[in-house]
Amino acid sequence: MSILHQTPGYKVIQSRMKEVGFQPFLFQEQSWEAIVSGKSGLVNAPTGCGKTFAVFMGALIQFINEHPTQYQTKAKNGLQLLWITPLRALAKDIGRAMEEVIAGLGMQWQVGIRNGDTELKERAKQKRQMPEVLIITPESLHLFLGQKEYTKVASSIRIIAVDEWHELLGSKRGVQVELALSRLAGIRKNGPLSCSIWGISATIGNMDEALETLMTPFQTNGVIIKAALRKEVAVDSIFPDEIEKYPWAGHLGLKLVDKVLPILEESKTTLIFINTRGMSELWYQALLTANPDLAGAIALHHGSIDKELRDWVEENLHTGSLKAVVCTASLDLGVDFRPVETVIQVGSPKGVARFLQRAGRSGHRPDEVSKIYFLPTHSLELMEAAALKSAIDESMIESKPPLLLCFDALIQYCCTLSLGEGFIPDQTFEEIKNTVCFRDITLDEWQQVLQHIVDGGNALQQYDEYKKVIWTGDRYMIANRKIAMRHRLHIGTIVSDAMLKVKLFSGGFIGVIEEYFISRLEPGDVFTLAGRTLELVMIKDMTVLVKKSTAKKSQVPSWVGGRMPLTANMGKKLREQLSICATACETPDGFKPLSKELQALEPLLRLQQERSIVPKANELLIEQIATKDGYHLFVFPFEGRLVHEAMAAILAYRISKIHPITFSFVMNDYGFELLSDQPIPIDDTNVYELFSPENLLADIQRSVNSTEMAKRKFRDIAVIGGLIFQGYPGEHKKARHLQASASLIFKVFNDYDSNNLLLRQAYQEVFDQQMEEVRLRDMLHRIQNGTIVLTFPERLTPFCFPIKVDSLREDLSSEKLEDRVKKLILQNS
Amino acid sequence: MNQPYPISIRQQQLWLSAERAIFWEQEQALLLSDLHLGKSGHFRKSGIPMPQELIKNDLHRLVTLIQFFKPRKLLIVGDLFHSHYNLEWDWFHKWVKDLGTLDWKLIRGNHDILEDKHYEEAGIEVIHGSYELGPFQFTHEAEEPITDRYLFSGHIHPGVLLKGLGKQSLRFPCFHFGKDMAVLPAFGAFTGSVALEASKTDKVIAIVEKSLIPVQ
Repeated sequence: MSILHQTPGYKVIQSRMKEVGFQPFLFQEQSWEAIVSGKSGLVNAPTGCGKTFAVFMGALIQFINEHPTQYQTKAKNGLQLLWITPLRALAKDIGRAMEEVIAGLGMQWQVGIRNGDTELKERAKQKRQMPEVLIITPESLHLFLGQKEYTKVASSIRIIAVDEWHELLGSKRGVQVELALSRLAGIRKNGPLSCSIWGISATIGNMDEALETLMTPFQTNGVIIKAALRKEVAVDSIFPDEIEKYPWAGHLGLKLVDKVLPILEESKTTLIFINTRGMSELWYQALLTANPDLAGAIALHHGSIDKELRDWVEENLHTGSLKAVVCTASLDLGVDFRPVETVIQVGSPKGVARFLQRAGRSGHRPDEVSKIYFLPTHSLELMEAAALKSAIDESMIESKPPLLLCFDALIQYCCTLSLGEGFIPDQTFEEIKNTVCFRDITLDEWQQVLQHIVDGGNALQQYDEYKKVIWTGDRYMIANRKIAMRHRLHIGTIVSDAMLKVKLFSGGFIGVIEEYFISRLEPGDVFTLAGRTLELVMIKDMTVLVKKSTAKKSQVPSWVGGRMPLTANMGKKLREQLSICATACETPDGFKPLSKELQALEPLLRLQQERSIVPKANELLIEQIATKDGYHLFVFPFEGRLVHEAMAAILAYRISKIHPITFSFVMNDYGFELLSDQPIPIDDTNVYELFSPENLLADIQRSVNSTEMAKRKFRDIAVIGGLIFQGYPGEHKKARHLQASASLIFKVFNDYDSNNLLLRQAYQEVFDQQMEEVRLRDMLHRIQNGTIVLTFPERLTPFCFPIKVDSLREDLSSEKLEDRVKKLILQNS
Repeated sequence: MNQPYPISIRQQQLWLSAERAIFWEQEQALLLSDLHLGKSGHFRKSGIPMPQELIKNDLHRLVTLIQFFKPRKLLIVGDLFHSHYNLEWDWFHKWVKDLGTLDWKLIRGNHDILEDKHYEEAGIEVIHGSYELGPFQFTHEAEEPITDRYLFSGHIHPGVLLKGLGKQSLRFPCFHFGKDMAVLPAFGAFTGSVALEASKTDKVIAIVEKSLIPVQ
């Protein structure tokens, strides 16, 4: 720390800190030293430990060092620190904290905020005089790159900070950040002053990759500075009184509501995390029914509730006037609420990282313990609690691998650059090749991107009027004002479903609701939103008008999406726990020494053992059962629903090669089911072959289902890549003539332009993200090296029951389409 | 082209084609609906790169039908062209000219927003509301028959949903014949379909790739 301590900047900061009685953490000083030495890097610290100051104060020290006598008077310095954050909600709090420090030091720096909420007046002010610190979202940063003169503004930046990098990495917003960094690096590489890049991240499984992804656009090596602060987490499960009577399947866990009440009683404020928005509405109602006294003391918070209401909930969380808040992932991130002492997780959190993040919302001060309860929504889920505990003990946290070759984001980015100053293809190609996302892009693919935005596919067609990006002689630009405006509205990679606003007839917005849900309701029907019972009056101008209702019965909206798969880490831990139980089943007292969760599961697991088996870590269980629905094959790899979906498709394809057969299949996080109208030809003579890793690639591509999966992936890609225009905001009439559904566009490309870059990306995403080809291959190797156990239970087992009752099904067939139709007609007549 | 599927209504002989059209033998007329030509061009003009092969393919299918049935007249039950004027109209116009003397009638649909002069130049007679010929009546959009004539309409882009054991389900575009009226499938490839409910007496013929299969 010798370099740092001798600098004038450190001395100024040090004496100010003494005045306010603040002692910097070691990792903060380490960060400052690295910053004043001109290094770049990644600060790894949990939330609420002063990670913001680790980078922000470094920027101040650097400035004071360079202007030791004038630092208090020097104003209008241009943009010095660009602060990229994924959360709009955090911007204000961070800005306020920064302003306090600046004022305390008597400096002239200004702090500005730029995101979707920033008013035009404020934007204009920033244009006249850019503040020294700009807090910005990835989307607004791209909008900034689409303005004229952004190069000039960016040329004074000294530090780029990327906050919550663990949240951005592995998503398309992360790709947006990479692309923006590549442009900023391009501007700064010939500048007179150094520019460094700093990431701020919670712990993830691949810290080195997280660092590299940030550093490569600047072609620099960074350092990782780790805070030596370890958070203690106490995990407790909530047990049903009689495990025998607790349901084998379900997503809600409402039967345990009475067990939640005493927990709320005991702590100041409790956050109750629910996995989906629809279920959170039900939980909120159930709590009020169980204890009417809670009215006014509990609140509901999810992404479809109006922002003003959410703000109200958050404010009251800060002040401690709420006893509990039922919430979804909407409260995963963001500022800490000091009064929160306890967290309850309802249902599987699906991953270790998410569980820890949620636990961390309680007792957030460095020395406090985070307290989290796990509430199972069906019996077997108790096993996940045991798995989570074991994973936490081993600090087994998931990785977030960066996304590769996202052409949709690249197409959008190139159009964005064309808005303001335009772009020169060779220069942009060099820049994007410095990102992890596009370092393997070929010249041919780049040409296709250009062709896509300039010619709309093939060049020189007859009767063609394609118009978007044009070549002006020295650069690519968007000249047409209408097209430019549409593109500006369109920048971003978060794709939402078609939503309608819900407004009380007497005034006041309540939230948003999916078009699909509301289209099935008639005026007079009653539904629940934001914990209120509402009667539909009418739909007008894309707004649902409602009035309060006293009806006892109401429908709960369903919001599509939000079903996360089990992570690989969780899957591994679950199989370990199961294996422990399998051994325990062998002796009468086997469960005695095990954890409370596994002990509670004893009756259920013994029943499973009686009807089928409980598989050990090296065993794959397959159950075959015939019911009136048809012939069922249940397979239990415990690898998460997405891997199961892929495996089901491949298995169905391989079986169908034996003879023509049609399957429908369904999966959950523990296993999957193939269902057919004829017996499924699988036995111990062919089962290892059916689970062979050989020809995996070819079989994946041939399994019909990849088309269906790609179709679903395509929607987001089509929106991000500019194929679907979502209409003008606040405009009631949509641009009807420009509307086409993603599935129709997908079909069109499949039929007429199968080489289309965005279509190919959809298939690639299925391969990498959905099927997780690597994970699939690992699984098949594991199965080959172990034992496959085929059982023929006479009745449904505790394992297969939850899968059977799941209603989301996919089809797969090797029969000729015509034959299938004829068969369906016969079955119906 | 696959063998057309015969069906008789009000003593008239109709031939259904899997290319989504009906040939009416007595009148030597080809019945079509919802071509939505020009849709790809409209998207392209707005900066959305839909493949131009869409219209090219639709025009090819149209010509194949005309060469196969050799009709004297074409009756289009609405939504011929999807947008304001764009160059794809000129393309279509050229094809119309090349096809020689044919009697074109368009019953205007909600998407037919072109100015009248374009239809005049192409020699297409535009009819507002409905058109009657023999025992039949034609209109773009209808929920029930207008007169006691058998009514042909379009607009809906009808589809049929088939369900079976093992919880299978499949959806196809279809011809839908009720007691007093029929709904034609959308001819254009850049169109989706909506599953219709059919009553027991309705006749529904699914278009499964290149063949026609009666499903009820």
